Amino acid sequence: MGIYVNRETKVIVQGITGRDGSFHTAKMLEYGTRIVGGVTPFKGGAEVEGVPVFNTVSQAVAATGADTSIIYIPPAFAAGSVIEAVEAGIKNVVCITEGIPVTDMMTVAHFVRSKGARLFGPNCPGIITPGETKIGIMPGHIFTSGPVGVISRSGTLTYEVVHNLTSAGLGQSTVIGIGGDPIIGTKFIDCLEAFEEDPETKAVVLIGEIGGSDEEMAAAYIKDHFSKPVAVFIAGKTAPRGKRMGHAGAIIHAGKGTAESKVALFREAGAAVVDLPVDIAGAVKAFF
Amino acid sequence: MKLLEYQAKHLLKEYHVPIPEGFVVKGLSELSRVVQRLGGRCVVKAQILAGGRGKAGGVRLAGTAQEAFSAAEALLGKPLETYQTAGKGELVSALLIEEQLSFLKELYFSITYDRETQTPVLMLSAEGGVEIEEIAVKNPDSIKKVRVNPMTGIQEHHIRELYLSLGRGKEGYRAFTGLVRNLFRLYMERDAAMVEINPLVLLEDETFLALDAKMIIDDNALFRHGDLVEIRKVPEDEQQEVEAREKGLSFVKLDGDVACMVNGAGLAMATMDMIKHHGMEPANFLDIGGSSNPQKVIEALDIILKNSKVKVIFINVFGGITRCDDVANGFKKALSQRSMTIPMVMRLTGTNEKEGRRILEEIGYDAFTDLKEAVARLKEVYKGIREEH
Repeated sequence: MGIYVNRETKVIVQGITGRDGSFHTAKMLEYGTRIVGGVTPFKGGAEVEGVPVFNTVSQAVAATGADTSIIYIPPAFAAGSVIEAVEAGIKNVVCITEGIPVTDMMTVAHFVRSKGARLFGPNCPGIITPGETKIGIMPGHIFTSGPVGVISRSGTLTYEVVHNLTSAGLGQSTVIGIGGDPIIGTKFIDCLEAFEEDPETKAVVLIGEIGGSDEEMAAAYIKDHFSKPVAVFIAGKTAPRGKRMGHAGAIIHAGKGTAESKVALFREAGAAVVDLPVDIAGAVKAFF
Repeated sequence: MKLLEYQAKHLLKEYHVPIPEGFVVKGLSELSRVVQRLGGRCVVKAQILAGGRGKAGGVRLAGTAQEAFSAAEALLGKPLETYQTAGKGELVSALLIEEQLSFLKELYFSITYDRETQTPVLMLSAEGGVEIEEIAVKNPDSIKKVRVNPMTGIQEHHIRELYLSLGRGKEGYRAFTGLVRNLFRLYMERDAAMVEINPLVLLEDETFLALDAKMIIDDNALFRHGDLVEIRKVPEDEQQEVEAREKGLSFVKLDGDVACMVNGAGLAMATMDMIKHHGMEPANFLDIGGSSNPQKVIEALDIILKNSKVKVIFINVFGGITRCDDVANGFKKALSQRSMTIPMVMRLTGTNEKEGRRILEEIGYDAFTDLKEAVARLKEVYKGIREEH
C-alpha cells in the first residue's frame, strides 16, 4: 500500500534513451515497477529494455494508460517536459533533473497545481513504496516494507537513514525524496497529510536541511494536526552561512531557515530531533 | 552569479530604467576626461562584489576634479575591506564615476523569489538607504511586499498597491508603472535571483532613478545568458568554488583539516556535521553531484589536494544515480596518476557496490559499508596523525 504510488502504478520514463534514463529503467523494472513506456523525441518505435518508446507523452499515455511519469531530461528542457506530461494527463510527475532555473520552476509549480497534478522534485531521488514500486534512482536493495514513512529533501542522506532503518528491522511504508531545490512541487506538509491518512504508516521520519521555511511549516502542522510520532534530522548545522549580497533575501526570509530555528520548532511540536543521521533508527525504535 | 554595480546598471539601461550618467574607469589616466565630461562634480564608486561598500568608504563625493582624482587614487588598484570581505578586502579594479544628483527622497526597491509562495515578490519601502535590514526587523510593515503569480505575470493592481504604500499623489504613478514593469521584465527575462535598487530615488520631476543596483543571476540559468557569462567577475575567495562548479562539483573551502568528498548536498552536510560532532573540523564541503562520471572523482581529488592543510581525506559515497564502480574507477585512475601521501578513509555503498569494491581491491584499497564504522576509523586515523606531530 503506502501513499501516492503502489504496485498498480503505470509509469512512463521521459528521457528513456539517455545514459541515466536507460540505466534506471532497467533498475526500476528489476525492482518490479510497471514501466509501460518511454518518451524520447524522434526515437518513437524503438525499444529500451523491452519497453516501447514514443515521440510524445500524449502518444505514450494513449497507448499505455500511464498516469505517472519520471523525468531524466537535461535542465534546459526539463521544465518543458513537466508541462508536457501534465498536459498529456499525467497525474504524478517525478522530476530527477538537477539544475533547473528558478524562473522556470515557479511557473511550472503553479501550473502543475492548477491542473490538479502532483510533482515530486525537481532535483530529487524519486518515490518508493518498498516491495511494490520504485519510481526513482534510489538503490532498491536497502528498502524493505514496513510501518515507517520517510520524507526527505536530500537524496543520498535518505539512503543513509533508510539503510539504518532497515538494518534495525524498521521497514518503510513509502519513502519520498521531495527534492533539494528552492522551488519544488510536493512539500513536507503534503506528505505529512497523506501519511496521516495512511493506516499502514505508524511513524514518520523527516529529514530536512538548512534554508527555506518548509521545515518550519511542517513543524507547525505536526504540532496542530499530526497524530503519529515523528523523528527529525536537520542537516547543515556546521555549514558556513552563505555569502550574500543585498538585503532582499534577508528581508523575505527573516529569522527562518537556520538549523537552530528548525530544530527548536520541531522540538516544540513534540518531535524527536536527533543530532546525527545515524541516530534516527534508534529514535524510531523507541516509538514502537 | 553576482554582477558589479556597473554591469547591473548596464542591464538597467537595456531595460529603460533611468540611471545616473556615468563612466567606468579602470586606470587613472582615463579619469580626467571623464570628470571633465561630468563637469568636475561627481561620485567615485569602487566596483566590488561584496556588500557594505558605502560604510567602508568605497563611495566618495567629489566637488572638483582634484578631489575626484584623490578619491580615485585612494581606491583604484587597492583592496577594499568591508564587513562582508572576511578581513581580506576585495581588490578594486574598476571605478564607476557618476554625476551627482539632487533628489526628493530615497526609497528601497527589490525583486526576489519567495520560496514559500513560489512566486516573485516585489518589495518597496519609503525608507531607503543602508539600514533597510534593521527596518525589516523593527518595522516590517513599512516594507510593502507584493507577490506575483508567475503564470499570469505582473498586473496593474500589483504596481498600484506598491505605489499607494508610498502615500504620494497621482503625479508620479505613470513613471512608477513604467519603472516597475521594466524591472520585472528584466528580473524574469534575465533569470535574476535578485534585483535590488537601494536607493531608488524620487526626483523633483516625479520620476524615478536607480542610484545603486545589485543583481544576482541564477547560476542554473547561465546557459541561456552567454553575454553575462562573458562579463563574469569571480570574487577571489570564490574562484575555486566557481572552477569546481564548472566541473560539476559543488565545493566550499573551510578552515579545518579533514577533507571530505561526498555525493549529494544533504549527505555532504550531514557528513560535515558528523566530522564536527566527533571533535574534528571539516576542511571543505564537497558534493560530487548526482551524476556518474569517473572524471569528477579525479577533479574532486585534485581540488582537495590543493589545500595544504588537509591531513586526512574522508570519502562518503552512497550510490543512487552515482554508481560505486564509476567512483572506484575514478580513484583507480586518479591514483595511477599521482602519489598519495595523505591517508584516506572510504565508505562506499549503494548502486553497483560489488563492482566498485572489486575495482578498489585491485588497487589495494578497502571501503566500509557502514557510516558509523567509517567515521570511527576516521577518528582513529586522525588521532594517529595528530599524535605523530
